[in-house]
Amino acid sequence: MNLSVVKPKKRNSLSRQDTRTAWLFIAPSLIIILGVALWPILSTFFLSFFNAPSGLNQPRIFNWGRNYIDLLADPAFWQTISRTAYFTIVSVVLELLAGLGIAQLIHSRPLGWKFLRFSLIIPWAVPTIVSGAMWRWIYSGDFGALNGLLMQLGLIKHYIPFLTKPELAMNLVILADFWHVVPLVALILQAALAGIPVELDEAAEVDGANAWQRFWNIRLPMLRGAILVALIIRTVEAFRVFDIVYIITSGGPASSTITISYLTYLTTFPYGKLGAGAALSFLISIFTLTLAIIYIRFLYRPEENQ
Amino acid sequence: MHSIKKSVFLMVALVTILSVVGCAPAAAPKGPVTIHVLTMDQAGLKPADIDQIARDFEAANPDIKVVMEYVGYDYVHDKITTGMASTPPAYDAAMVDVIWPDEFIKKGYLLDVSDRVTQDMKDGIFPAAWNGVTRNGKIYGMPWLMDVKYFMYNKDMLEKAGFTAPPKTWEEMLDQAKVIKEKGLAEFPVTWSWNQKEGVVCDYTALLFGNGGAFLDKDGKPVFNDAKGVEALDWMKKTIDDGLTNPNAVSSDEMAVEADFLAGKSAFAVNWLFQYADSLDPTKSQVANQVAFAPMPVFKVGADAGITGSSVDGSSSFAVMATTPNPDAVWKFLTYLASNEVQMKYSASMLPIWMEDYKGAKLDTLKAATPSNPVTVPAFMAQFPYANERPTVPYYNEASAALQMAIQEVLTGAKPAQQALDEAAAKWVELAKTQ
Repeated sequence: MNLSVVKPKKRNSLSRQDTRTAWLFIAPSLIIILGVALWPILSTFFLSFFNAPSGLNQPRIFNWGRNYIDLLADPAFWQTISRTAYFTIVSVVLELLAGLGIAQLIHSRPLGWKFLRFSLIIPWAVPTIVSGAMWRWIYSGDFGALNGLLMQLGLIKHYIPFLTKPELAMNLVILADFWHVVPLVALILQAALAGIPVELDEAAEVDGANAWQRFWNIRLPMLRGAILVALIIRTVEAFRVFDIVYIITSGGPASSTITISYLTYLTTFPYGKLGAGAALSFLISIFTLTLAIIYIRFLYRPEENQ
Repeated sequence: MHSIKKSVFLMVALVTILSVVGCAPAAAPKGPVTIHVLTMDQAGLKPADIDQIARDFEAANPDIKVVMEYVGYDYVHDKITTGMASTPPAYDAAMVDVIWPDEFIKKGYLLDVSDRVTQDMKDGIFPAAWNGVTRNGKIYGMPWLMDVKYFMYNKDMLEKAGFTAPPKTWEEMLDQAKVIKEKGLAEFPVTWSWNQKEGVVCDYTALLFGNGGAFLDKDGKPVFNDAKGVEALDWMKKTIDDGLTNPNAVSSDEMAVEADFLAGKSAFAVNWLFQYADSLDPTKSQVANQVAFAPMPVFKVGADAGITGSSVDGSSSFAVMATTPNPDAVWKFLTYLASNEVQMKYSASMLPIWMEDYKGAKLDTLKAATPSNPVTVPAFMAQFPYANERPTVPYYNEASAALQMAIQEVLTGAKPAQQALDEAAAKWVELAKTQ
């Protein structure tokens, strides 16, 4: 028998065919995304090395990374980063916990679970601008529903001007964003839960595991992939939060809700410093990329998901 | 074979990417010229009024089509800067607030219209309105709205509290407010727009000048952090601490002030002219016919120093954007929009900028034009001469942002007034250096 004649031809060409088909499917959207996004990305990166005031025929002076140095040396920049970090950490932790809870609830198929899953879409479907305006009215210190509720429950004697308190304002914006975004996390996790074979759970129950042990040892590890997805999506989005801040507080009171994206907006548009704004955008990208890499390092286990 | 296919694929991909990148709108067809105009949807004329004016103009000028766009005041500046980044610009004309011409002229956004302005226009419109659009002897827009912040009060509340006349000084206002509060007529008798936006700087301007202070000295150096500026800011904080100013003021804009005042929750409210017309509208107001104007108070110290009045200029103009392909059509529309006939017709929402309307028989016509004019016209004539300007510098937005933050830090108790204002003044000096 001449084994060298036996070539594993079929397996090679099949996987090559799979890869080629995969590329063919991705190609159209990849081309459009690259076309629309690539030029602005490169152009912005280039711009971040210039002193570039907005306007027609304004001189653009190359300044050797001065924009980056000035930003990294500015204490206001780091204060903004720490505010953004606070927003991100609190948001993501709350959203994961609540999302997991809601996913479990739906998964356990209580009475009306279909309605629950359907109604979950509504906060997610409302445009952020609309939900921001709605929450601003809810928090209003003159006419707000939150004040009305607390008053009726007898918890407060006078209406509280929530949005004028720097300590509270950030947390209230987090709450508004949480309401808007938790459905996404819940649905991602619920879909993953539905994919866990029910026999595992039943077998564990038979072996005497209680609900918490089943959750901790079976469900959670099998949800690792979905949690990773939700974590990355939500961390990147929370770090870059802009529109809900713009609508509810416009960065106030006393700049307590100015996040890094809001600072980038202020630098670029009202202040007209395009170079510094471009540098800020890239710094944000570097921060979020770092976070994503950290997550993948710690959580991505490809062999477990097969 | 495989490598040829691969390179063909790559070529196709590259060409497609480049063509997507290079996408541009098709050239405009010949025919009627379309001009895009951007303005704010608050203060001045209501959108429905301006739409009607645009339709009337189109009827008289069938070769020009006008497309109006309305956004909140806080968004106009950004839309202009973004709009000017494309060729042709997204807007052919835009409303320019009194604080923007220096920045926009430096950026080359505004068309010099000095030789389009006729002598009639120069003679007929208030000089103050021309000052807003003229720099270095060149004119950069058509004046349109002359607005100033007014001091409005609730007559009925004052009567019930036992006062027959509105206050002349801020100190007197606080005395009246205390009584109104004690009698339970209003929990927070005074309301302001002190949120972290331009509105708080407008209010501070009126208070600062009313205390005998100023933003800059004659050399252009910031002086708002002197004793008078600090006093004015400390006074603002104290009114909140004493429970006389609505604490929500720290997150309120002018619309929130109006909502509060027209719901009958405050006795005194500083706001632009639009609040008065809205106060007469039963769908918006619960205090119709209870609202009156009084000259904006000043501080006792200011009055002693000879300051007889103080407010802030909030005028605006319409400018032709420098890169518009149709400057003639745009100018035609702008002069129509600001013309005396059109302004007289819509004088309920916005008082005219033409001097002749305030004299003789025309003044009577103006006052009789709408139910609110008999009240607003004298109020305007009395208050506008005291309209103080905010600094006319190209970096105004960033300077104002620093001042907004300083004021907010003081109002939320984060910093003492002297420190916050000193930091803002230092920022102004730094900004001036980079120009």
